[in-house]
Amino acid sequence: MTRQVLVSGPHAHSRFNVSRTMTAVMVCLSPATFFGLFQFGWPAIFLFLLTIVSAFAFEVLCLAIARRPVARFALDGSALLTGWLVAMTLPPWAPWWIAVIGAAIAIVIGKHVFGGLGQNLFNPAMVARAMLLIALPVQMTTWVVPLPIGSAGAPGLLDALAITFGQTADFDAISSASTLGFVKSQLDAGMPLSEILPQTHALHDQFVGRVPGSLGETSAALLLGGGLSLVALRIITVTIPLAVLGSMFVLSGTFHLIDPEHFASPFLHLSSGALVLCAFFIATDYVTSPITAVGQAIYGIGIGALIFVIRNWGAVPEGVGFAVLLMNACTPLIDNSIRPRIFGRTRAGKPLDLEQSQ
Amino acid sequence: MAPLPLHMLTDPARLFSIRGCVHPETRKFLSADCAIETMPIPSLIRVPLQQHIGVEAEPIVKRDDLVLKGQIIGKARGPVSANVHAPTSGRVIAVGHFAAPHPSGLPVPTITIRADGKDRWGPRMTRLRPEGADPEEIAARVAEAGIVGMGGATFPSAVKLNLRNKYDLHTLIINAAECEPYLTSDDRLLRERAEEVADGIRIMGLALGVRRIIVAIESNKPQAIAALRRHIAGIGPDAGIAVVPTQYPMGSEKHLVQTVTGKETPARALTAELGIVVHNAATAFAVHQAVRYGEPLISRVVTISGRAVERPANVQALIGTPVADALAHCGGLIGEPDRLLLGGPMMGQPIQNLRVPIVKGTNGILALTKSETRHEASMPCIRCGSCVQVCPCGLTPLELNAHIQADDLEGAVKIGLLDCVACGACSYICPSNIPLVQGFNFAKGKLAKMQSWKHQQDETKRLAAARKAREDAIAEAKRAAMARHKAATAARKQREAEEAARDAATPDTPKADHPQTSEAME
Repeated sequence: MTRQVLVSGPHAHSRFNVSRTMTAVMVCLSPATFFGLFQFGWPAIFLFLLTIVSAFAFEVLCLAIARRPVARFALDGSALLTGWLVAMTLPPWAPWWIAVIGAAIAIVIGKHVFGGLGQNLFNPAMVARAMLLIALPVQMTTWVVPLPIGSAGAPGLLDALAITFGQTADFDAISSASTLGFVKSQLDAGMPLSEILPQTHALHDQFVGRVPGSLGETSAALLLGGGLSLVALRIITVTIPLAVLGSMFVLSGTFHLIDPEHFASPFLHLSSGALVLCAFFIATDYVTSPITAVGQAIYGIGIGALIFVIRNWGAVPEGVGFAVLLMNACTPLIDNSIRPRIFGRTRAGKPLDLEQSQ
Repeated sequence: MAPLPLHMLTDPARLFSIRGCVHPETRKFLSADCAIETMPIPSLIRVPLQQHIGVEAEPIVKRDDLVLKGQIIGKARGPVSANVHAPTSGRVIAVGHFAAPHPSGLPVPTITIRADGKDRWGPRMTRLRPEGADPEEIAARVAEAGIVGMGGATFPSAVKLNLRNKYDLHTLIINAAECEPYLTSDDRLLRERAEEVADGIRIMGLALGVRRIIVAIESNKPQAIAALRRHIAGIGPDAGIAVVPTQYPMGSEKHLVQTVTGKETPARALTAELGIVVHNAATAFAVHQAVRYGEPLISRVVTISGRAVERPANVQALIGTPVADALAHCGGLIGEPDRLLLGGPMMGQPIQNLRVPIVKGTNGILALTKSETRHEASMPCIRCGSCVQVCPCGLTPLELNAHIQADDLEGAVKIGLLDCVACGACSYICPSNIPLVQGFNFAKGKLAKMQSWKHQQDETKRLAAARKAREDAIAEAKRAAMARHKAATAARKQREAEEAARDAATPDTPKADHPQTSEAME
């Protein structure tokens, strides 16, 4: 018997492959997503589906143009996950073209222009969010008060179609500011925090997610649960989330202690869904984060610090997207300068001294 | 047990675990409970002359010779080589070439013996009492028995036993980790022949003159640990068992040393420089056989396993048994296996030909199905960093791969290509199924080729320069001789001229004096 295969070992493989990893991330995202879809009703569901479908369509288109095996690459789940993450960050009642443009930016500019899966320097979903936020600041910051499906005043199917696909939304929604946006605008107006906070949502509501906000970012609790599941499944390590949340906590805590009237308490920051989503799902994106644990810690701390700086002194109330993009740009630098110590060598790469290892 | 697990703080096996590592499904249950069976003598036995690292043995039998069991048929050549013995009695039917038990399947020098089925022993080596013997004597016996490292590396054991001449050795570590999935041959050997293995360990300890002996066994072999524990006191007062965590590649020499003693071997150095020598448990058994009974290494325990094998088993097979016979002994294959391997699934070698023989380093024969190999087409790297997390050597496999794909071998060497031990943990874990370690092996091969080419070029240059120098020297000598000759001629001529002038001045002297003399001389 002569065998055809001439392959080198190992001849076994772990259970994980790209699509399983992507699927696991989507499963962990789904509790927070379903909560968002439920509380923002049919318009949010339409918007969510539309973003995912258009992300997939752009992926197929790009793969076909690049003459890559479409079936194998498109079904790896990475485009779905990117579309999903873009949808999570959109205002729930945004018009349809926001979804399509967002998906196009993420997939075409964010991913395929760089060379497709694994080649992009910046997180595609954050590229889409940042570009949309700068180009369409009004649409991207129009929040609505949660109106769960079936509750009084919630839009029905037809109303929802009009909201998402209509030229002008004639459905009367109670628009509202997000907690952080409200706090920031009031602070800018010169009010002290002790007067602002009673006017806005309770910390508990914000943590659970019954507040206005992006489609999937309202419930910090569910996002935290999903993120911890990711850690438990060993899809991600705890380094980046811990570094992001930790540095944010330490910085905001220090400033809050120094000046409680102008710097919100760390708990207000940590209970925002955007930060938790960033810490567990966005900053941990494999492609755009450093590969070593030390590098990841530096990267995470950088993101946390930048979010704090942007939230307090920046022009926008929410700094997650920009912070992640800025640190993405540092990733190659971090990876180049920080490598693990090689077995039997010092950090500088010289063989260990015999006396030292004795 | 103490209420607080304080012993964990003092047990180096728990303190110094190795970084990274993977936990592949071990699937040892397939054959772990199968007692070692002795295989019947196959009709044809093919003994390759090179079953070890080093120089190939020299055949000392020829076609149609009758050989007896244990008779030496290949003699070691040079300091790093090993003897080869006839595994059973029979007739030599060929001293030629046969497919190697190697992925290439290239023909290698092989002695083929048709067994006569009588299995008659030839004269055995004399027994040796290791207690009173000189360490040199024990090492010589081990060398004579053709024993090589039986964990797969196949380095001649006697050379390693003689390391005490060069280094100050204090610790012998017996590698019974058996971290490769599926393989259970060492496990069974320890369970069934613990006393013999312990004796072999003791003999090796005497030969090395070490103070401490540690047997390292992975925690997933409780029965082997229990069996050896009954005999550990027999090895000596300073012998102990280290239960090491079950993770791959725990059995890697330098990593095992680090796990057991906490000492990290410097890059490019031997563990012996730290005073530590590592031998395999199956090697210890072979040493016991050679020293106590004078039997050379002519058989070994082989695990035959995998889902494509009808009846997984551990067999005691003669060296030279065709793989096909061993598989047939286990009920044959179920369908077409996805991979057929010698060794474990992580570092084993695929074979092309079922007739290749079992050799001294063959610890397993695996026939794996598609569901076990999980081989998939590779995807682009998603930079997940899993390979960095699992690399026991602290390398960044994805960057190494990027350098190698860009044909930048120097860049790859700069970030540690040559520190890779080729364990394959990176390829195992890679979610994109990228052939990482395969690429590193390719690059190492290419580097070696480039180095040998460079060496060859330097050597050619050196030889050419030497030849030029030699030729120049000859030409110079010739020139010098010519000049001398010329000078001599000129001097003679001048002398003659002077003499002629003198003769002219004094006409009395007879003129034809010289020619006459020369004629007389002739």
